Amino acid sequence: MNIFKYFGDIFGALKSLWGGMRVTGYYFVRPGKIVTQKYPENRKKLEMFERFKGEVIMIHDSNNQHTCTGCGICEINCPNGSIEIISNKITNAEGKSERIIDKHIYHLSMCTFCGLCIKTCPSKAIVWGQEFEHAVFDRQKLTKVLNHSDSSLKKETKKEIKEA
Amino acid sequence: MEEVFQDVIIKNSDDYIINMGPQHPSTHGVLRFELCLKGEIVKYIIPHCGYIHRGIEKMCEKDTYQQIIHLTDRFDYLSAHINNEAVSIAVENALEVEVPERVKYIRTIIAELNRIASHQLWWCAFGMDLGALTTFFYGLRDRERILDIFEESFGSRLIHSVNCPGGLMYDIHPNFQQKIKDFIKYFRKVLPEYDQLLTDNVIFQVRSKGMGVMSKADAISYGVTGPCGRGSGFSCDVRKNHPYSAYSKVDFKEILFTEGDTFARYKVRIEEMWESMKILEQLVDNIPEGNYTAKMKPIIKLPVGEFFQRVETARGELGVFIVSDGNKTPLRVKFRTPNFSNLFIINKIASGNKIADLVAISGSLDLVIPDIDR
Amino acid sequence: MNFSIYDFTSFTKWIDNALNSSMSPGWAILVELVIIGIVFIAFYAVIGLYLVLAERKVCALIQNRLGPNRVGPIGMFQTIADLIKLLMKELIEIKHADKFLFNLAPFIVIIASFMAIAALPFAKGLHAIDLNIGIFYLFAVSSLGVIGILLSGWSSNSKYSLIGAIRSGAQVVSYELSVGLALLSVVIFSGTMQLSGIVESQANGWWIIKGHIPAIISFLIFLVASTAETNRGPFDLAEAESELTAGFHTEYSGIKFAFFFLAEYMNMFIVAAIAATVFLGGWMPFHIQGWEGMNNVMDYIPPFIWFFGKTIFVILVMMWFKWTFPRLRIDQLLTLEWKYLLPINLMNIVLIAFIVLMGWYIK
Repeated sequence: MNIFKYFGDIFGALKSLWGGMRVTGYYFVRPGKIVTQKYPENRKKLEMFERFKGEVIMIHDSNNQHTCTGCGICEINCPNGSIEIISNKITNAEGKSERIIDKHIYHLSMCTFCGLCIKTCPSKAIVWGQEFEHAVFDRQKLTKVLNHSDSSLKKETKKEIKEA
Repeated sequence: MEEVFQDVIIKNSDDYIINMGPQHPSTHGVLRFELCLKGEIVKYIIPHCGYIHRGIEKMCEKDTYQQIIHLTDRFDYLSAHINNEAVSIAVENALEVEVPERVKYIRTIIAELNRIASHQLWWCAFGMDLGALTTFFYGLRDRERILDIFEESFGSRLIHSVNCPGGLMYDIHPNFQQKIKDFIKYFRKVLPEYDQLLTDNVIFQVRSKGMGVMSKADAISYGVTGPCGRGSGFSCDVRKNHPYSAYSKVDFKEILFTEGDTFARYKVRIEEMWESMKILEQLVDNIPEGNYTAKMKPIIKLPVGEFFQRVETARGELGVFIVSDGNKTPLRVKFRTPNFSNLFIINKIASGNKIADLVAISGSLDLVIPDIDR
Repeated sequence: MNFSIYDFTSFTKWIDNALNSSMSPGWAILVELVIIGIVFIAFYAVIGLYLVLAERKVCALIQNRLGPNRVGPIGMFQTIADLIKLLMKELIEIKHADKFLFNLAPFIVIIASFMAIAALPFAKGLHAIDLNIGIFYLFAVSSLGVIGILLSGWSSNSKYSLIGAIRSGAQVVSYELSVGLALLSVVIFSGTMQLSGIVESQANGWWIIKGHIPAIISFLIFLVASTAETNRGPFDLAEAESELTAGFHTEYSGIKFAFFFLAEYMNMFIVAAIAATVFLGGWMPFHIQGWEGMNNVMDYIPPFIWFFGKTIFVILVMMWFKWTFPRLRIDQLLTLEWKYLLPINLMNIVLIAFIVLMGWYIK
């Protein structure tokens, strides 16, 4: 057995161990490099990216009007049945029968955030919301009705879709 | 060939059997190894999979081609984008749609980012398997920067379902290129630290060198692909051999090591991170202008026939085989996932070693359990 | 030398005299034992809990994290909350376990670590017993813990526990040699096994400085071997959570688990305290011969601050090891001991004997 190799190995080993210890030691004396954050405390400052997929929401304007016509394309496109649309048939002022949305039901618990509903929506009625704190104690609460109560369809929506 | 398949397991009733998994810290999920021990030595290993089988292939049969994408995210969740890409390219080829150059470039960029992120997570977990607990946090810290890039552009971090047949769901964010350049600048500084901390470490070297040697013949006959196969000198990089997306336009080299041991598989992945950064640097400034998706019909119907596309995920070769009968949903979809093939060599290369080596070897195979079970 | 300002001998003598004057000698000794017992239990709990917290904070800093920060200011009471949680948890009984040994094992582990504190000199005149074979006593007692670990692994009737315990047995038995031989080098230098005598012999400089190269080699060997003896990373094969889930204490829950956990940290404190006492001068201030002004300033720092400062330094180094290195394999662990540490240690002892004979160390 070569005695020089024996001691060479030991010194090589010590050097390599010291290399690793230098890396960890470097971070140990630099608390400024800490990357974790205190989450509930920083909630006010916390800003999600504008495209963040938190949940599906329906846009309502100041008159409590949305642009969802109840066409059901999002329901067809959803791969796992997270969206249910309940629509009513009414006769409008001109005497024609017309379909309006009663409830746009969104099962957050089933949603996989693939984004197909939002991409295919012809009237851009639903968008991604930034809310991400979805934890609840009751599973029922994850089933949401996206259209606000007493909301109505914007007048111009159907025209715009046709033009497009 | 006979020689290769001679590792038939003979069970005895008085074997000292120990169950590693389905809940075990180093099987990275719900994989179960049935080990037979002789003291510390592992006599044989029987992997049992299926604990997280969700029937993704069957579920694909009821979904349209756009909807399949969100399922492909969920087998190898660490290279979700690359899985999406496989299905998208398969459908595009079947329809003979020419996707814009911009899409190809962006897809390649995200795929390489995804590969780096996956290798970073593998590095963390591998260090953890060997008992170096700090690697986990350094790896995740750096991976966070990639995930932030994804989140800004595509809204989600791990499984962003951004591919669709014909192109991308959304265009990239204006900050996308700048953030990638920042990341490369940062990561070029940090990656040598990985070497200092783990690669050069003498304990790591004695534990990984010469352990779990997989010969090239074994790799080929078991179908081991990806970094594991390339660690044995099996040139199996789909990006190089059958270029897709923008890989034909970039200059990179296929990392090949011939030792076939745990250390070689480790080195392949570390070197691949450097190569991925090279690819990113070549592409990130040259994303051509154009549309982010080709014009597609709202309902995609594939022509009758069989279509196959393969891509290189972070773990190996992913094959997508679609049989279409002309409807809007496929008749049959088969995914050839890399980890399923990589897993079953474990008895061959790890039996006869110690338990600690089994952990290191299974770590070096980079197992993602949902990818095995689908 | 000016130690008299912090000499606790008169203080302990005063207590002894006061007790003896008010009661019979037998009762006085009993009361003294009770007082020491209470003091050490309190000390044990505080040190154990805060070492756990310190480890969590140190590893958090190394890993770019904040660490515990919820209970109390900067997480000061986190481990107390943990202890309360562990106290309230159910003690799970294993059906086929050997009940008596299973319940006994944690106590053996914790008592072994408890006994070792008795011999540690915290300051001049501040130790429970000043044995003339102090070092011998220390490593006799500190190796008792492995019996508890072996028992726990054997009696749990779990394969993981058994493998962990057997590993631990092989490991502790081997590394005991290196620990002993490394300490022996200082015994040769100082010519005594009495811990107080060893500390006194370092009044004009610590052995790691006075004994130059061979002392540094022994110190390094002691650090490595004692890390292994306490089953801490990178030698935590007995636990090896990525291989054996939790090794020998897989089947323990609640406060019995907490005993193992506390004992691990207490053992770490003890080996660090031994290293500080033997190599780094214990409670002795840092002195450089000839620099009287500085030496006087050093003397005004209380001895237990010196003692704990040095101990904490050694503990930090051991934590630094744990959070940097990957774990060794069992055969590599034994190779390290039998092929590297032990031969070097033996050569080192011969070298030290020669140096002492020739008087080539700083006197």
